[in-house]
Amino acid sequence: MLSTSSKRRTAKQPRAARASTKGDTRAAFLFLSPWIIGFLVFTLWPVGYSAYLSLTDYDVLNNPNFVGLDNYRQMLSDPKVSLALGNTIFYTVFSVPIHIIAALALALLLNRAGRAAGFFRTAFYLPNMTPPVAVGVMVLLLLNGQNGLVNSVLGWFGIQGPDWTTDPNWVKPGLILMSLLTLGGSIIIFLAALRAVPEELEESAKLDGANAWQRTLRIKLPMISGTIFFLTIVNTIAAFQSFTEAYTAFFGSGSSTYGNDAALFYGIYLFQQAFTFLHMGYASALAWLLFVVVLLVTLIQVRLSRRFVYYESAQP
Amino acid sequence: MSAKAARTALLSVLSVAALALSGCATGQANHQTTSSSFDSSAQLKGKLTVMGFGTGDEVATTRFDNAKAALSGVQVNLLKGSLDIQQFLSSVASGQSPDIIYGDRGQIDSFAARGAVIPLDDCISGEKIDTSSFRKTALDQVSLNGHVYGIPEFNQVEITMANPVLLKQAGLDMADIDGSSWDKITAASQSLSKTKDGKLAVIGYDSKLPDFFPLWVKANGGSLISDDGKKATLDSPEVVQALTFAAAIYQKQGGFGAVKAFRDSADFFGKGNQFASNTLGAMAMEQWYVNILNDVSPKADVDFTTFKDRQGAPLSFSSGSAWAIPKGSPNPGAACRFAKSMTSTDSWMKAAAARVQAREKDGKPFTGLFTGNQMADQKIKDQFVKADPATNWGRAIEASYTANESSFAYPANPAGAEFKTAWQDAVNHVINGQDQPASALAKAQQVAQKALDAGWAQLNGAG
Repeated sequence: MLSTSSKRRTAKQPRAARASTKGDTRAAFLFLSPWIIGFLVFTLWPVGYSAYLSLTDYDVLNNPNFVGLDNYRQMLSDPKVSLALGNTIFYTVFSVPIHIIAALALALLLNRAGRAAGFFRTAFYLPNMTPPVAVGVMVLLLLNGQNGLVNSVLGWFGIQGPDWTTDPNWVKPGLILMSLLTLGGSIIIFLAALRAVPEELEESAKLDGANAWQRTLRIKLPMISGTIFFLTIVNTIAAFQSFTEAYTAFFGSGSSTYGNDAALFYGIYLFQQAFTFLHMGYASALAWLLFVVVLLVTLIQVRLSRRFVYYESAQP
Repeated sequence: MSAKAARTALLSVLSVAALALSGCATGQANHQTTSSSFDSSAQLKGKLTVMGFGTGDEVATTRFDNAKAALSGVQVNLLKGSLDIQQFLSSVASGQSPDIIYGDRGQIDSFAARGAVIPLDDCISGEKIDTSSFRKTALDQVSLNGHVYGIPEFNQVEITMANPVLLKQAGLDMADIDGSSWDKITAASQSLSKTKDGKLAVIGYDSKLPDFFPLWVKANGGSLISDDGKKATLDSPEVVQALTFAAAIYQKQGGFGAVKAFRDSADFFGKGNQFASNTLGAMAMEQWYVNILNDVSPKADVDFTTFKDRQGAPLSFSSGSAWAIPKGSPNPGAACRFAKSMTSTDSWMKAAAARVQAREKDGKPFTGLFTGNQMADQKIKDQFVKADPATNWGRAIEASYTANESSFAYPANPAGAEFKTAWQDAVNHVINGQDQPASALAKAQQVAQKALDAGWAQLNGAG
């Protein structure tokens, strides 16, 4: 049996703990407040305001004029919306799987590279430091149908490369090819995930006679499936918002009059409507359509992930 | 955190991020009006912020210094670099307009239609700017609904440039590629064009599509738009015929894709340019390229003549820059005097003298200055230009001055950017093999007319 003083002590402890927790919460919010304020002012408010603007005719300089759902109706009859959306979906469908597979393959190789891993990690990441505008210019140089490096290399094998930058059928494949320049970030994340796979699992599989391929397929990939899922979602969103490289190569100042339809990504069309034609209301509606598409695709990916993604922490 | 909670959190973060990235930020319009008076005798003071101009050479520096001297009581602040439309419009919308902007004349009409720049009628009368000295084509490009919105500065025109050695090898001369006979150009492009190992090695004739499409249309007696800027005429027979011809030039050389890829691979501004490397037969090009060629490859095989219409008359498409005063300009009086000084005959003469001196120092010829001020152009030509028609550079100068006197321009309209995009899309579809000229231009006509109608309705509705 507890003494009276002991009872008093135990009754006081939760109160003290509660006070301490409240203090911690206040401190946490204090430290978070710069981000919270920034998020509210620079993200949530513009996003909410763009929803209102999507219902208006607005040219930046004059007051928004409420037009209801006209902008959304206009999208249905605008052939460039379907063209741009089609281009973007094509790019996303092909570039994301290629990106994930290539980054994973290189990370698996790097994981076995031993001492040289540091050098290759740096080498693979370096292109990520290149500004996207420079990548756009490089697209034109490397993929030039006449004298580009890619076609020169293909020529060594007797293959006559296509006009990547001018043939509408090859513009998107060319951009997908160039997107592989920036695999570095995904490689580093995959590498970190692979390094976190418990060694004892591989050791056990080895003792059971599993070869390298089986260990990769049955142990490493399931163990890093959460990372694969994360990178798939992040890269899908990024692919849907592709802009700079294609804009620089085909719609920028050096190509002010030559805009190849095949490179008209959704982000580029949105930008043109907003800042070339000053149809900011219509551009806001376009932005919301993109949001809905990205959200739907993300939801589908999340739904599918339940069947394929393994979370160690979720196991009993 | 459970897997479900983790997924929910991740989804929430991603959704917000996606929305944030795809959202459009906006600013609030500033409806401040300018009530300042413009007086040529007033002593001006305060600050003047100039946006979109750069002092990269002696012509710019001399005039800029001259303008600063004319505004002795004003502190002039130059935001160097070409005009960033996004930055400019944001600054106007947020009530932080620069005092004056320097931009492409083709942009001024769109700015004017939306009220981003103010009419300069009071500025012109108050500062006693002599608009009769300005080139009419240049002034028309910055005039909308009877008001002038810009003070023209440089003027750009096109001339024909060709490689005489390649011409001679093919049994041709300059008259075969000057534009007066389209049949001769077609024949010349085929005889000058060469391939090596299945790849294009020499471009016979580059019709410079889509950029120079308006020039081909005018050469064929057509126009992209009516004289009042209200009716698109993209589907007219002259326009369709011009596109059919200019696009076919590429088809006979392996297609536009091959020609553009080859063109893009050239060292356009360097010693290995298309003329120095003997990889281009002929093309029409803006006259400023003469200076580039003279600088980087003075001994290259290149000759010059005017571009001609199908009747054999010299022809060029006028484009260039202008000064405009934004809505909400804090110091419009100083801005107006600055524009006046930068474009005055006296200022251009000082700039020309500085250029002559610089060229003489480098042992290079002075190829003239081409401005929106025709009085200045004439004085500069009379006083400084020494064109020897026996030399290729002398012929370049003569051709440029003739082109300058034979230029045309399309009228300003409130849907300038959309109108231009409509015809450019049509041209791009044809040269990329995605559509036929008549069909592409018919579609462009619909888009262009819709944009014009909306633009004029908005402009007239706004009064």
